[in-house]
Amino acid sequence: MTFATARRYAFLALAALFLGAANPATARSDLTLAMVLEPPHLDPTAGAAGAIDEIVYANIFEGLTRIGANGEAQPALAKNWDISPDRKTYTFHLHQGVKFHDGAAFDANDVKFSLDRARAPDSTNAQKGLFEAIDQVEVIDPATVKVTLKHPSGDFLYSLGWGDAVIVGRTSAATNKEKPIGTGPFKFQNWAKGSQVALARSSDYWGAKPALDKATFRFIPDPAAASAALLAGDIQAFPSFPAPESVPQFQADPRFKVEIGTTEGETILSENNARPPFDNPKVREAIAHAIDRKAVIDGAMFGFGTQIGSFFPPHHPAYVDLTGERKYDPELAKKLLAEAGYLDGFKTTLKLPPPVYARRGGEIIAAQLRSVGIEAQIILVEWAQWLEQVFKSRDYDLTIISHTEPNDLNIFARDDYYFNYRNPAFKTLIAEISATPDGEKRNALYGEAQKTLSAGAPVAFLMQFPKIGIWDAKLEGLWKNYPIPANDLTAVKWAE
Amino acid sequence: MNRSLIIGLTITLLVAGMALLSYAWTPYDATAIDIAAKLQGPSAAHWFGTDHFGRDILSMIMVGSRNSIAVALVAVGIGAGIGIPLGLVAATRGGWLDEMLMRFNDLVFAFPALITAIMITAIFGPGAINAIIAIGIFNIPVFARVTRGAALSILSREFILAAKAIGKSSGGITIDHVLPNIASLLIVQATIQFALGILAEAGLSYLGLGAPPPNPSWGRMLFEAQTMIGIAPHMALFPGLAIVITVLGLNLLGDGLRDVLDPRN
Repeated sequence: MTFATARRYAFLALAALFLGAANPATARSDLTLAMVLEPPHLDPTAGAAGAIDEIVYANIFEGLTRIGANGEAQPALAKNWDISPDRKTYTFHLHQGVKFHDGAAFDANDVKFSLDRARAPDSTNAQKGLFEAIDQVEVIDPATVKVTLKHPSGDFLYSLGWGDAVIVGRTSAATNKEKPIGTGPFKFQNWAKGSQVALARSSDYWGAKPALDKATFRFIPDPAAASAALLAGDIQAFPSFPAPESVPQFQADPRFKVEIGTTEGETILSENNARPPFDNPKVREAIAHAIDRKAVIDGAMFGFGTQIGSFFPPHHPAYVDLTGERKYDPELAKKLLAEAGYLDGFKTTLKLPPPVYARRGGEIIAAQLRSVGIEAQIILVEWAQWLEQVFKSRDYDLTIISHTEPNDLNIFARDDYYFNYRNPAFKTLIAEISATPDGEKRNALYGEAQKTLSAGAPVAFLMQFPKIGIWDAKLEGLWKNYPIPANDLTAVKWAE
Repeated sequence: MNRSLIIGLTITLLVAGMALLSYAWTPYDATAIDIAAKLQGPSAAHWFGTDHFGRDILSMIMVGSRNSIAVALVAVGIGAGIGIPLGLVAATRGGWLDEMLMRFNDLVFAFPALITAIMITAIFGPGAINAIIAIGIFNIPVFARVTRGAALSILSREFILAAKAIGKSSGGITIDHVLPNIASLLIVQATIQFALGILAEAGLSYLGLGAPPPNPSWGRMLFEAQTMIGIAPHMALFPGLAIVITVLGLNLLGDGLRDVLDPRN
């Protein structure tokens, strides 16, 4: 190439650049959003980590039903269903012409395969309880599935909408952890470990095509870096923003929209009920009265978050406000400790995982406990350590954590759960709830359950975790609330 | 009189005095949380303002200085206590022992100090004791190397030859003649290592690997200030200044001591 031609090419390139810029810009169609935690893998049917669902739910994978922005069960792969009068048989009519991202066709056999796989004895599903009611799954024809229940279940359709109940392909199920293949509107592109996961619009999606053609989930664990990345425009959305102290700055900036919503995250001070002195109900009551929830929310979350008095979200219709039952009362706490035989208090440990709410909240709670005589030594642990030591091995005294699953009141009825809490009356209530259909009777039972937990004080209830969403002011369609941990991108678009 | 010695000594004594004073008195309880008083700027009531929990920053800096000084002091003690004998043995024995010790020294020295410290605290868990051990270990080769070099130059002098001639044991020569002659050099080195120790401790607590809360520490104060720099810059300013001034003071002291103790002056 001579010098002259080189110059001509350069000119052409430059002209193209200007022409491109002069064209009326079509709406932007890519999005980079950030999350705090990187998921361990990308198979929602094989892990409890909320970070998995935050990427794949409704984007890559779909279930028979799906949970919408307001927490309601909606049709998804099942376009509709019939329920028998005894509420024990559900007949699902499936969408036809649906394909998995690897080209395999979706039909009733995949539904049977997925549900049977999830409830098999050797299943690694983190929420096997969702499928507990299922007696058998039968394929009627490629577009019809009949599910028979052992007993009527009030929230069966809702359970099927969880990320743990999505439909996976028979040929791809084994490799979903690294290369997730679903039926959703977005295809998995690649995963740069430690950095980001990229999705692209699926060209043969069966439903309405999303407006975005590219979506990248970036992992930013550091709150200071989170603010910087938003301000610099490197990311355009942080659906669950980790630095509440920086929120006023974004609220004042017209380039951003700040949405404070709710989550299903009941944040609690967990106590090891099997370990003295926490096996003594009076000690647990004393701890509940020693904690000033308002100070915890103001100090750790800069006022974002709602006080709770039991293990139930305030936005749920069956919520009962029990925050007055265990009021902040250090004198009463001391009296209860004395009655329990700990006149001079005691020494214990408080293991804190990395999130800001736990680290900051832990410091405040340790100070509050100290003022009633309980000396809680703070031990900072990383996530892997927390899961191993606290959650799995139950080697802890106190810890702070947010339980983000929806409708997870039943964890207090589980003998194998890390609280080590045993309450037969509560177990009976949970069994009754699960057999009662949605409605007033069920809500009344939920109320009973909340009161039982408040009275038994297995743990200290702190707050309902807020969803602090910050994104570009021109971005539309992201969820305000987290009825389940998910970033559903199907309705997200850029305003013209 | 040497100017950097005076300035350095004054700052060092002030910091040490502040740490001692904190045992008897601080303006407020350094761990007392008062959420209602959070994020206040400097005022007459709180000279350095308050942090995100409403704690008094001046009190936290005063109490935090104890932690910094204690960790750095013990770490330098470990480094000197092990490093100096190693250096002396290597210099007087020579031969394969010298080679072995010094190559091992190089090995430890080759690892970046802070990375080594992070590794140690990551393996054994965060805490003041592990931070001390971590910082102490990377001080060992520094002292061993300085000691060996200085001792070798002394060992070739005539008076050592004379001592050997009258039948003095090599251990006796080392203690009576070598050590006093290199002491000034080691004191200067210790001062500088002390400053580095304070920085290392701040670095480790910044990363969450130092003393756990509620004990205040300068590094963690900086970490906590990081996300609030836009709304409460004083939270970062004062602990930052405390670290800068202390390290500067110690470095000036080291410089001054080198000038004053240098026999050629």
